[in-house]
Amino acid sequence: MRTKRTNWLATCFLIAGSVFLLFPLYMTFMLSIKDNKEIADSVLAFPKVWRWENFITAAEKVNYWQKFKNSSIITVLTVTFTLFTNSFVAYAIKKKFDHKFFKGLYFYFISAMFVPFPIIMLPVVKLTARLGLDNLYGLILLYIVYGLSFNVLLYVGYLRSLPQELDEAAIVDGASVWQTFWKIIFPLLAPINATVAIITTVWAWNDFLLPLIMLDQESQTTLPLAQFIFQSKFGQDTNLAFASYLMAMAPLLIVYILAQKWIISGVTRGAVK
Amino acid sequence: MKKNNFGIYLLLVLPATILFFIFHTIPAVMGIFYSFTDWNGLKPTYKMVGFINYLNVFKDKDVLDAYLFTFKFAILTTVIVNVVSLCIALALNSNIKLKNFFKGLYFMPYILSMLIVAYIFNYFFANFWIDIMGYLGIEKWMVNPLGNEKGAWLAIVFVTVWQSAAFNTVLYLAGLQTISEDLYEASALDGANKWKEFWGITFPMIAPFFTINMVLSLKGFLQVFDQVLALTGGGPFGVTRSIALLIYKNGFSGNEFAYQSANAVIYFVVIVAISLIQLRYLQKREMNL
Repeated sequence: MRTKRTNWLATCFLIAGSVFLLFPLYMTFMLSIKDNKEIADSVLAFPKVWRWENFITAAEKVNYWQKFKNSSIITVLTVTFTLFTNSFVAYAIKKKFDHKFFKGLYFYFISAMFVPFPIIMLPVVKLTARLGLDNLYGLILLYIVYGLSFNVLLYVGYLRSLPQELDEAAIVDGASVWQTFWKIIFPLLAPINATVAIITTVWAWNDFLLPLIMLDQESQTTLPLAQFIFQSKFGQDTNLAFASYLMAMAPLLIVYILAQKWIISGVTRGAVK
Repeated sequence: MKKNNFGIYLLLVLPATILFFIFHTIPAVMGIFYSFTDWNGLKPTYKMVGFINYLNVFKDKDVLDAYLFTFKFAILTTVIVNVVSLCIALALNSNIKLKNFFKGLYFMPYILSMLIVAYIFNYFFANFWIDIMGYLGIEKWMVNPLGNEKGAWLAIVFVTVWQSAAFNTVLYLAGLQTISEDLYEASALDGANKWKEFWGITFPMIAPFFTINMVLSLKGFLQVFDQVLALTGGGPFGVTRSIALLIYKNGFSGNEFAYQSANAVIYFVVIVAISLIQLRYLQKREMNL
């Protein structure tokens, strides 16, 4: 019989690892809450004076609320359109998989996953600039389109696990493909939609390279890109830099703390498919 | 009676397919085309130069160094990330206290930006590393690794593992949870020890997850960019310049648009070849297990 005793070895291993994981975050917080003189005395000690105003100063210097807005617009629009369009494309591919065009399309999207970004990086900048898409909205379009590769794989995998007769009955009843998808199939996709939403959110919020090469105007920069610019401009103000890092990470961290169980199970589901 | 709605389905996938073609396939083809020209990315005109860029890429010390760094980085990181995340997943899957707390904590790095994590560690290496090594008595390592030609790449490996192990951990944990308890009970009756149990039952059962993790990790790490930019900027003396960083830096601002396009094409061929070989090899092993 397998014992149900607590595995203390594993528990100790995980506690030791936790220190390792939490230390950088603790250090970040301590650096962001002191003035530079106190940092010079000791980085890790609790501050004598808690300087919450660092966050306000840093927010002004990086123009935080503008960047927050940009990152939020990108993430929300990308996720929304990804869910609606990518699921639909995957549905059509799965329905007509017997046909060689759709089968080919499936492998076309998936094989694109193996194309390293640097090969399209230089031309895509020229292309989007010529089309007037070197801005936030061009960036969103690229995220939605590039997401297809991985999301089609996830959605088709999930659709295959659903019973097949559901939508056939509806189609025989005279409902159009469009209606059948939105009324019958899309609601059933909720679990895998959650997975795609999580993965896409983390990607769109944290991505750095694509905004770096695409966005020309300072007013359109995202939070990670703003840290890069801030670093090169005011790198000497350690406390402000770290206050700024913390504020850039905070929105996703807060969402994660509130919904971690749901997020982890969402990603796990994607893994099993 | 079954209607063949082929036309309708076609109409519905067409917009996405066209957009994908325009923004993914066309740039890739443009990249290949430019690699045969002498365009610097700014001039209004360019001419075809055949394979000259390719010949020069193979002779370019900067390019060779970038390949060397990128490969040793990607291979070591892939191995460490997979070992570490498998260990964490095994620990999280056993009977432990505070299971949900640990799960939440160990997955947290996944949601953090690699760039910002690297900035945080940049400070850590500059201000804590020397003290820690002094405390441990390892005098040889009492320098900031980011400024050290031998240590810089290992520091980048370290930071990447810190951030990337989380995602693989979840994949392994998902794999471990698919294994039924009965299998272990049978082996416990046979008197198998933990080590045998792992190689006899656990590992074969999660082999598909191992395959996908190895392939995705290596492919991802070969494209390393953010953490290099934030930790070393490619230095010291260019020893940590990754292929992606080289293409970015020289392609956009070094007048080497066409030349770096040729570099990117070679890089593309290399990544595809490696992914295919890896898949073949690992799938064969999976079947033998």
